Amino acid sequence: MKKVHPAVVGAQPFQVADLRPVDRLFADAEGRDRLEKALSRYPEKKGALLPMLAYAQERNGWVSPEAMEEIAGALELTPAYVRSVATFYTMYAKRPVGRYWIQVCTCISCHVNRGEEVFEKFLEQTGTRAGEVSEDGRYTVIEAECLGACGFATVVQVNDRYFENVTPESVPEVLAQLEQSDSEE
Amino acid sequence: MGFPHSHDLEVGTILSRHFGDPKARELETWLGYGGYEGLKQAIGMEPGEITTVVKDSGLRGRGGAGFPTGLKWTFMPQEKKGPHFLCCNADESEPGAFKDREILRWVPHLLIEGCLIAARAIRAEHVYIYVRGEYFPFTSILNDAVVEAYEAGYIGKNILGSGWDCDLTVHIGAGAYIAGEETGLMSSLTGGRAEPKIKPPFPAQSGVFGMPTTVNNVETLAAVPMIVVNGSDWYRQWGTEKSPGTKLWCCSGHLVRPGNYELELGVPLKDVIYEVCGGVPDGKKVKAVIPGGSSTAMLTADELDVPSTYEGLQEAGSSLGTASPIVLNEDTNIVSAMRRIADFYAHESCGQCVQCREGTSWVAQILKRIEAGDGRLSDLDTLYDLCEQLTGRTICVLADSVVFPLRSSLDKFRNEYEALIGGRA
Repeated sequence: MKKVHPAVVGAQPFQVADLRPVDRLFADAEGRDRLEKALSRYPEKKGALLPMLAYAQERNGWVSPEAMEEIAGALELTPAYVRSVATFYTMYAKRPVGRYWIQVCTCISCHVNRGEEVFEKFLEQTGTRAGEVSEDGRYTVIEAECLGACGFATVVQVNDRYFENVTPESVPEVLAQLEQSDSEE
Repeated sequence: MGFPHSHDLEVGTILSRHFGDPKARELETWLGYGGYEGLKQAIGMEPGEITTVVKDSGLRGRGGAGFPTGLKWTFMPQEKKGPHFLCCNADESEPGAFKDREILRWVPHLLIEGCLIAARAIRAEHVYIYVRGEYFPFTSILNDAVVEAYEAGYIGKNILGSGWDCDLTVHIGAGAYIAGEETGLMSSLTGGRAEPKIKPPFPAQSGVFGMPTTVNNVETLAAVPMIVVNGSDWYRQWGTEKSPGTKLWCCSGHLVRPGNYELELGVPLKDVIYEVCGGVPDGKKVKAVIPGGSSTAMLTADELDVPSTYEGLQEAGSSLGTASPIVLNEDTNIVSAMRRIADFYAHESCGQCVQCREGTSWVAQILKRIEAGDGRLSDLDTLYDLCEQLTGRTICVLADSVVFPLRSSLDKFRNEYEALIGGRA
């Protein structure tokens, strides 16, 4: 079980490649620990909603309708309300995504530094269309709004990692680095 | 990756002195650098005294609006009727801005110290640092520093044996630009959609969980410890009367040396672009500069000789914003660049206000049509009309944000729009 300080329980990376999927979020010791710690940091139970949506994705790779219901129950909210919040935020995956969720920034500073070409190159190299999971389940490529690294365009985020100064030519290199980190695990 | 370029400032720097030094993230090293001295002094001061020092320093909010920080703190109730909260806004997502991440990444303890001093000034017992979700690598660095500071007694119960308690929680978003707007941030922090709320009530009256709250930007709070240690006159040795101090710049687009630089406020914008950042690569010329992040009005190459202060850029018809100039070279298709900016605001509109929800999308669609060569001259009138409809009619300023670059691009680069339209009425 990953040990987490209560002060940072709501700030754990939740787009990760090493998943530990569970059927029920709060059935095991880790889930209960995360929930309790998150609840301790906010004066209202609702405050723990974003941390728990993030936790669902950290465990399962996406936020399933079942997970939303379970969170709703734990925080005394309606499943419809939880869904309305989960769907507001782009980083919560509302359906399964590839092991590597590749977000290519094409916002203004990346746009003028060939961001769209980088995006097209990722689609071509992974053999996918935007947002779909590759046949081997490894990749999902999407276009992202500003990732906050504009001086180092084009910026690509893969799960919890940043790749900067990416060019269409260096896309294979980024994918090779992912393959390598995969084989090291 | 993304290592910031060293600053060219000859005088001492405040925020970026330890950028690039991974050791500075560790508490022991940080204490050796004089870390947490400001907190120790602040613990010996009354909340009002801390606020006065910051007020006198003239420090202005670094999140874009430039509101005087000390004045903001005075809006908090003097008599406590319940808990007070401080929110540190680290939801940096204005296209062009990438400064807060460097503070989280290199000097997390400086930010923690700034948060605690501010919390003491506004009598808050809990600080939330709201970091944008995408910043995982930088949040992890902050997390480690927070845990270390807790364990060493700098945060939590009875801080440094003073009897004063203050908690700090790191909270991450999940991809919503509008969570950077202060009331949107509070909605998000309390477990909601990041929808901004009408003011009044102002956050200082009714903020997170209905309690008095102050929201300050990362860079603002990071400047506080050294102001407390060295005094307000010391801070005023840099910058101008109305814009004192230093500012972390984020320079992007077509530049020889893009990156972060800490510079004194008041440096001419043209010097930032041509001297500090080395101008445009391949001997090309500047066509336009969006000086303060994508929500500010474009300036042409001839308009860059302005002092980079809040008042200076305002006089030039634009805004300092987050001091994040995006430089566009002579080959840039302005319509295409503007379309990309409009796409951003259309995507990030929270959808509460009709003008914004519909208007930002219309702007994006019309620009797309012009970009594709199917535009008409009447489209330009429609765009001007939308500029009117999108200004000052919504809960927050997201809609206004698309108008500043749009109107300036129409005014200053009309020839480019007309060239793509080709005379169709």
